[in-house]
Amino acid sequence: MALRQCAIYGKGGIGKSTTTQNLVAALAEAGKKVMIVGCDPKADSTRLMLHSKAQNTIMEMAAEAGTVEDLELEDVLRIGYGDTKCVESGGPEPGVGCAGRGVITAINFLEEEGAYDEDLDFVFYDVLGDVVCGGFAMPIRENKAQEIYIVVSGEMMAMYAANNISKGIVKYANSGGVRLAGLICNSRNTDREDDLIEALATKLGSQMIHFIPRDNAVQRAEIRRMTVIEYDPTAKQADEYRALAQKIIANDKLAIPTPITMDELEDLLMEFGILEEEDTSIVGKTAAEEAVA
Amino acid sequence: MSQSVENIKPSYPLFRDEDYKENLANKKAKYEECHPKKKIDEIFEWTTTKEYQELNFKREALTINPAKACQPLGAVLCALGFEKTLPYVHGSQGCVAYFRTYFNRHFKEPIACVSDSMTEDAAVFGGQKNMFAGLENAKALYKPDMLAVSTTCMAEVIGDDLNAFIGNAKKDGRVPDDFPTPFAHTPSFVGSHVTGWDNMMEGILRYFTLNHMEDKAPGKNGKLNVIPGFETYLGNFRAIKRMLKEMDVDFTLLSDPEEVLDTPADGEFRMYAGGTTQAEVKDAPNGITTMLLQPWQSVKTKKYVTNTWQHEVPELNIPMGLTWTDEWLMKVSELTGKPIAASLEKERGRLVDMITDSHAWLHGKRYALWGDPDFVMGMAKFLLELGAEPRHILCHNANKRWRKAMIKILEDSPYGKDCEVHTGKDLWHMRSLVFTDKPDFMIGNSYGKFIQRDTLTKGKEHEVPLIRIGFPIFDRHHLHRDTTLGYEGAMYILKTLVNAVLERLDEDTRGMGATDYNYDLIR
Repeated sequence: MALRQCAIYGKGGIGKSTTTQNLVAALAEAGKKVMIVGCDPKADSTRLMLHSKAQNTIMEMAAEAGTVEDLELEDVLRIGYGDTKCVESGGPEPGVGCAGRGVITAINFLEEEGAYDEDLDFVFYDVLGDVVCGGFAMPIRENKAQEIYIVVSGEMMAMYAANNISKGIVKYANSGGVRLAGLICNSRNTDREDDLIEALATKLGSQMIHFIPRDNAVQRAEIRRMTVIEYDPTAKQADEYRALAQKIIANDKLAIPTPITMDELEDLLMEFGILEEEDTSIVGKTAAEEAVA
Repeated sequence: MSQSVENIKPSYPLFRDEDYKENLANKKAKYEECHPKKKIDEIFEWTTTKEYQELNFKREALTINPAKACQPLGAVLCALGFEKTLPYVHGSQGCVAYFRTYFNRHFKEPIACVSDSMTEDAAVFGGQKNMFAGLENAKALYKPDMLAVSTTCMAEVIGDDLNAFIGNAKKDGRVPDDFPTPFAHTPSFVGSHVTGWDNMMEGILRYFTLNHMEDKAPGKNGKLNVIPGFETYLGNFRAIKRMLKEMDVDFTLLSDPEEVLDTPADGEFRMYAGGTTQAEVKDAPNGITTMLLQPWQSVKTKKYVTNTWQHEVPELNIPMGLTWTDEWLMKVSELTGKPIAASLEKERGRLVDMITDSHAWLHGKRYALWGDPDFVMGMAKFLLELGAEPRHILCHNANKRWRKAMIKILEDSPYGKDCEVHTGKDLWHMRSLVFTDKPDFMIGNSYGKFIQRDTLTKGKEHEVPLIRIGFPIFDRHHLHRDTTLGYEGAMYILKTLVNAVLERLDEDTRGMGATDYNYDLIR
């Protein structure tokens, strides 16, 4: 089959890296050849695959060697669970430099060094938080990821971020082949979460591809720096990731997203009781004023 | 002061007049707060020592006098070689002013090249607006048939996506959908001008052929494609064409700026002149194969031509000097089935004759040499053929593989034994090298003149004269018209090298009654 390149976006802390690695482990278990490219200066996109704290990143190695041109692919590519190829782009220390440029440099390096070999089935880009600048859009630019999955939960900020990311995708979708392939709901056990995300997905012109229930098996595996698939293949949660993997393998619902306005998003949240109707009569009133009234 | 309307002098000799001398001395003494001359001399001497050289080569964080330029400069030159093509740089204005002046100073010609003037707001919001307005304006004002887009650092750092921006500009109706807009990302902080040339070439070939390969097959049009790489000797374009014509070979030169960089002063300004046509580019996949004149500098182009056009690109070196020109011509003959032209055989014979005539003067002469990877390798090879000895070879923009190949070539010749090869080093490193292990001459671009001055400052016996072959040459006129490739180019290089030896010998031997026992009429 032809190589499919997918990028995983979503609000910071939503569980992108954990979801990606469990998903990739499930794909690998199903016999797929996969590469994970971590696009986050934190470099925690491959630790569960490699049982390591954090692997050497491309930018870190480049800084050591003096220039990216002096790097070899084998310096930065590690093989993890299920023969998965693992790479971390890495980036600067907080507060200096340009992490976005780091992502661009890293992906160009992988292309030039032939990391995208012919027997790969999937490449997954695990991208940090919001698409804050052009560098973090690199995975969705021409010839890179064609399918975008957004990890989301039933919390307002997560949904807000998902909508924002959709706006980013639209910018590139009109001129290229990048499409929104679905929302992955990583449950936070909020009320009617599945319906809510399903509704959001519909509004965005997409689908909720899978609902991953909350399960402590994930955390138990994580403290052992493993995916659930590897740590406890019999766990119920492992089946959830397998289901997600199968849905992604079969997924052909690729759409140009239709992002919604802030008002529409708030309406949706109110409909599901997450946001209260705003009481505009109290805006700008001090406690003293309210006491008088 | 001493300047008068009737006798206007430039800074030299004007500043040699007494009043200026006094004025300058006064300024120095009162305001410059410089160190005493003794201290300055002491430091200068120190910078010429072996001890300083060792420190200099340990330098990590700083480049002094780079022997390379940046990617978009190369992209602009590549674009200039296509018919009615305007190079368009997505990024800041200052960069583009630099590209234009750099070429102005070398070619003594106006250079058409535009920028979309990204400023602070574009750095924050991305440069799509600039692209929209820029493409629309450039097309309306300068009426090109093609806009070839490259980038400066600024656009690259913020991650502007040329493919998306150009596509969106077309969707927005700024330029028609079918208007050719090939592009290449050319971050200046990666590679050098030769990388940028390569990227732009790949971008142009990709634009015109990637989605039109169905009816293409190698050999279909019976023509040979020739890709020059970053090339600034106009004579080289002419020599390559002449050789192929003499062999009756039908060919396509992909990027041919020979006309536009050499327009006549006949009262008519030509913004565009000559160049490879779009039809030729579209038909190029049908060529017998594609020959890369500067293979070390054409990596990306080679990959594209090999993978997409299915061309078997011959493994050749730059056609410089005797052997490599032989190999090149024989390959042309093999590929096309055309015999080597009698005129070229005669030309070769003449070159061999010249080499034997001048051999005695060049044998054992030691050279320092710098420039772009393929030029340096070709030049070194030819020096070895002449029995001259390359001593210090420096290539700022070459990689480890190039270094290995260069060393191999040197090891294969008795004249290359003592040569050191330096990559990723700059002209301040070269300065150290020529002080501590003096060669007879330096071969390189105009920037070497400062090394020559410094060596002379240490003493006449330390002076290393500069022979200007390479790019850029700003301080001599019309050298860019000459030829360095083929037998013709070898003749030019040979002539230049041997006459530099003889000039120098005259200079050293014209001391009346002192050294003029060797100040000979016949050399």
